[in-house]
Parts: sequence; C-alpha cells; structure tokens
Amino acid sequence: MSTVSTTVAAPAPFPAGPVERLQGRGVALVGNDIDTDRIIPARFLKCVTFDGLAEGAFADDRTELAGAHPFDRPEHQGATILVVNDNFGCGSSREHAPQALMRWGIRAVIGESFAEIFFGNCLALGIPCLTITPADATTLQRAIGAMPAALLTVDVEALRVRLDPQTSDGTSAASAASLDLPLQLAAGPHRMLVSGQWDGTSQLVAHDAELRATASQLPYLVGFAA
Amino acid sequence: MSASTLYDKVWELHRVADLPGGSTQLFIGLHLIHEVTSPQAFAALRDLGLTVRHPERTVATVDHIVPTTSQARPFADPLAEAMLATLEANCADHGITLHGLGSGRQGIVHVIAPELGLTQPGMTVACGDSHTSTHGAFGAIAFGIGTSQVRDVLASQSLAMNKLKVRRIWVEGTLQPGVYAKDLVLHVIRTLGVKGGVGYAYEFAGPAIEVLSMEERMTLCNMAIEGGARVGYCNPDATTFAYLQGRPHAPTAGDAWERAVAWWSGLASGPEAVFDDEVRFDAAAIAPTVTWGITPGQGIGVDERVPTLEQTPADERPLAEEAYRYMDLVPGAPIAGLPVDVCFIGSCTNGRLSDLRAAAAVAQGRHVAPGIKAFVVPGSEQVAAAAEAEGLDAVFRAAGFEWREPGCSMCLAMNPDRLEGRQISASSSNRNFKGRQGSASGRTLLMSPAMVAAAAIRGQVTDVRELVAVAPSTPSER
Repeated sequence: MSTVSTTVAAPAPFPAGPVERLQGRGVALVGNDIDTDRIIPARFLKCVTFDGLAEGAFADDRTELAGAHPFDRPEHQGATILVVNDNFGCGSSREHAPQALMRWGIRAVIGESFAEIFFGNCLALGIPCLTITPADATTLQRAIGAMPAALLTVDVEALRVRLDPQTSDGTSAASAASLDLPLQLAAGPHRMLVSGQWDGTSQLVAHDAELRATASQLPYLVGFAA
Repeated sequence: MSASTLYDKVWELHRVADLPGGSTQLFIGLHLIHEVTSPQAFAALRDLGLTVRHPERTVATVDHIVPTTSQARPFADPLAEAMLATLEANCADHGITLHGLGSGRQGIVHVIAPELGLTQPGMTVACGDSHTSTHGAFGAIAFGIGTSQVRDVLASQSLAMNKLKVRRIWVEGTLQPGVYAKDLVLHVIRTLGVKGGVGYAYEFAGPAIEVLSMEERMTLCNMAIEGGARVGYCNPDATTFAYLQGRPHAPTAGDAWERAVAWWSGLASGPEAVFDDEVRFDAAAIAPTVTWGITPGQGIGVDERVPTLEQTPADERPLAEEAYRYMDLVPGAPIAGLPVDVCFIGSCTNGRLSDLRAAAAVAQGRHVAPGIKAFVVPGSEQVAAAAEAEGLDAVFRAAGFEWREPGCSMCLAMNPDRLEGRQISASSSNRNFKGRQGSASGRTLLMSPAMVAAAAIRGQVTDVRELVAVAPSTPSER
C-alpha cells in the first residue's frame, strides 16, 4: 500500500503503515544549520499535547519576514515536501519540531544533511528525511521557486525525487523540463519506512525474554550485589 | 570500525536484539524525564494500553518551566503550572520518583542525576533533552531522545538505535589560568564545526582531559551535541570514582563498591582500542573563547576579531553574513569591548558549584557595571545550598548580581527569564541560536561563567585574565 498525499485543501492524514511513495507540492527553505529553536521556538513547547503546534512552525522567522517566509507564501499553502540544505534540525531534541512540521502539512523532508536526533524524531513519525547532493538541493529549490504548483513525487522505495511541471489539477505549470534526482537514505531507516516498521514500540515490548537476559548481565541494576 | 572502546563495550553489554529494520534494540540503564518532553509520551503509552516496564529506572525532576524568582505554587503562568501538574500526576500514576520543588533534590536534570549518584560509568542514559550527553562525563553512553522515544523507553526500557562511529578528541597540554572546560569545548566546536560530529560519539581523552574535575568533564560532554555529536564521553578513572563515592545512589561501601570500581575500570578504552577517527588539540594554545554569531561554532578567542568573509570558508559565508546582520557586528571588529546588557550564569552546562566559585572569584570585591542586569541561577537545590554554605550568594549579591532559585532559566526562556528586544547577553549557557533566549531578536554571546562575571563587572566582553591574575582553572569540587 502506498501512502499518497494529495494537494487538495484537506490536510493529508498523518503517516501510517508503509511509506513508499509521497506526492505533493514542494516548499523550499534555503539556509544551513536551521536549528529546532527556529523550527519551533521554546515558548510553543509549553503544552501537554502536540495538537496546536502547526501555528508555531518557524513562528519567529515568519514574523520577521512579515508574510515573505515560504510557509506563509500563498503558493506554498498545502505543500507537503520540504526541501532544505545542510544540518537541518540541529540543536534541541524537541520532537515538537517535526510534530510542528507534520501538523503544518509536511510529509517528507529532502536536504543536504540532517542533525541526528531530528532525523530519528522524524523517522519515529513516519516522515522520511532524505539526503540529496548540495547541487541537486539547489536545483530542486530553484525549480520549486519557479514552479510552486508543480507536483513532486518522492519515491521512497527507489530513492528518487521527480518534479513534474504539470500541476496536480492537470494544467501545465511551465514549459520547463521535469527533474528526476537521486536521493539517499541509510539502509536501516529505508527498510523501516518502506516496510511500515518505523513505529517500533510493539516490537521493542515484544522482546520480553531478550530484555530480561540483557538486564541480568548488568550488575548496576542490582547495586553490584554479589 | 571502532573496537574495544568504552562505547563499543557499553553498546555490547546493552544490546538486546537486532531489529528487522537493521537497528539494534539497546537496553537503557537510566531514564531521566522532565516536564517538557514527557507528557505526550505518557499519553501515547495510555493510548497503546501499555505500562511503564521499569518505573524504578526512570527518575523525574522539573527544570525548564520553573520560575527562578518565586517558586510558590500555583505558578503565575497557567501553562507552566499545567505542565508540572501533569508530570506530578504521571509520576504518581506510574510509581516514578519525582524530585520536585523544595525536595532538596530538585534542579536541572543534568545537574541532579550526577549529584545524586544516579549517573554511573557503563550505563546507557537517555532523556528527552539533547544535553543528555552531559552524563558521558562518567563513562556512560548518554544521549538525547525525542518524545516518541521517551514513550519507547517507558514501555520497554529500551530503544531502537543505530551504532555511532567513535572519534577520539585527544587533548595534550594543560589549560592556562582563566581558561576552562567551556573554552575547550567551544574551541573544539569552532574547529570541527557544528555538524562535524554527526554520526560520531566523541571520546575526550589525553593528558588535558585526565586532570579535569568531574564538573569540568560534564561541561565538556554537555556541549558535544553542539558539535553535532549526540554522544560525548570521558573514560572513568579515579576522579570519577572519588566523585561518586558516598552519593545517595552510588553502590554502598564495601564489597559492592569494590565490585563496582572493578567493573567500571574494565570499561575504559584501553591501549588496544581502535577509533574511526582521531583529532588532536593542544590545551595550552586555547584562549578564553566567546561566540560572536548564531551557532556555537561561530566562536573566537577573546583576543581575536570577528572573522571577515575572506577569512570564512565559502560554504560558511551565507551563515556568517546572516550572523553579522543578526548580531549587528562588523566583520574584523574586536570582540573584546563589545557592550552587553544582560549577564546570565547558570544552565546544565555551567550551573554547578565549581562554576559559581569561578564566577564568584571574579565578582569578589567588585561591582556589576551600571545598567547591566546580572543574575546567577544555581543548577540545583543542592548546588544552591552548597554555594550558600560557603557564602557565594553573599559575594554575588554584594557585587550586584541577583541570586535566584534553581532551574534552566534564561538558557532557553521557557520561564519568565528572557531577553527583551535586541538585548545582548553574556551567557554561560550552550546555545546562541536566533531567538534562543526568549526574544526573537535577542542576541547571545556564549562564554565561561568567569568570563560572564567579567563581562558583568566591565559591562562589556572582557578577557577574564585581566581581572583575575590566576583564576582557578581546576577548582576543587564538593
């Protein structure tokens, strides 16, 4: 089963099951070392559920840019594929960052590189963080800027991203050529996403005997008693 | 591939199973939680119909949202009050120990776990907080996790993890007077970059590391994550064991203690250890270091100038230009002499007793410059009590600093402590990101606690060596 999101006004459902192929419009965010304090400023972390986080996504950057931030531009409303540059998501471990992106509508992130904890937090939500070369990242970001209505297809299984100048409603967005670029993803997360095993709590809990066996060889669990 | 390092040994000891996705299920020896990243995890646990597998292996405190002026309940901020109330209810429901306000043991999670003896060599330690790397100072493998992973640890006392590579950061020589662990780690990050450590655990080793106190090692490992390394650690040694002995959760004296020391000693990376990479530094060449930009990697010696674009590698120039604009700094200008508005001493990086002693040594007999707001936030109730017992609070107050209650305070501004407008702070915390300290246009200069005290006294960025001829570079602890 493929998880296919569309670009209609209704928000795409949160990821569930295998994440093989995602389709939607792109939104490009240019810049290296964009940290999780920028993705979701700390004041939005004062909550006991993730429900209302969409409005906090890039809140301070959006205020500063007064409507010019990609997340505020009308042509990017409803976009589901975020394209970024180097070391995206560095800093705080706050899962509120991918939660805010997901609740804004993002279902996949393509970038030059990702901070480790952010990558893992996205994976736990079924949001692939796919690596692309710096040159291809820039190419893709420019194409999205020139053709914001163009449809992106992220083939998670085959690790390709395609940009089709034809829009989701069938009209031609531009005369530009389509793009077909390679992506990278480590084998483990790739298998987890494609197989739908990215939400592994039940798997961990099921290993009861193995957990007991490991615990039994750790002397600190019993205060180093004889 | 690394072999026989402490990281490899601890990883193998905690390996539960190989998972179908290719990752490893790793047992978590100590799980620390706080009010910000745990409520959604408990809610998810309830939704899944699961319980906490090892409530005795999870320990809670409250730190991010607590006010540092009055900690009377209910808090003035109803959202903060709701978060603490939720943590209290979750801990009560699941039988988890909570070191709450006024317990004598509350404080920043990365300060209290070591001081209670909860953090020990050879453990795996996880917490929904990126500065969990702090606990690596003890020879533990400690790392920050997200809320979904907090749920996983609660449910299974384990996590799905991928093994890191190990880079040894070998430091020769001795830190000069007035130069601290904070300067060392800012120098390492400046050199290797904020993403240089992605995919690596950093092992800090060598003669300069071996002479560091445990509190200094914690400062060092705390900021490994700012260099991109999710894990940073030091090998356990006599300094580690001396720190632990007699603490509430340390093994009891006698046979148990001797067994513990033998087990801990065997985990250190030996001469046969193989590393994926090694980088060498000379501690003696490091000056007091200050960040000038908007990432912890944008640091310079206090005697240096803000780098020009020409001095900046091409791929870092856009970020440098963004930093000049945001910080309102001129390329090529000296950092010393830059006026500051607010001076903050505290945080999980530098809120321990030796940090306060170093800052107090600078403040002693002097006074905060006119117009400067300066305040000291002890890292825990125990740190506060110890500092007050030796009169540090009086030293700070006499010098014009405010003496506050323990918490995360202005490190991240989830509480009333924050910058206003374009204020610029000298801060002993760990992040100088845009907006980090609570104002979307507020500016942060990271430095050691002694350097923050010097900035407060002079009202501008100051080389602390001008104020204290021989500042204690390895203050004793306890």
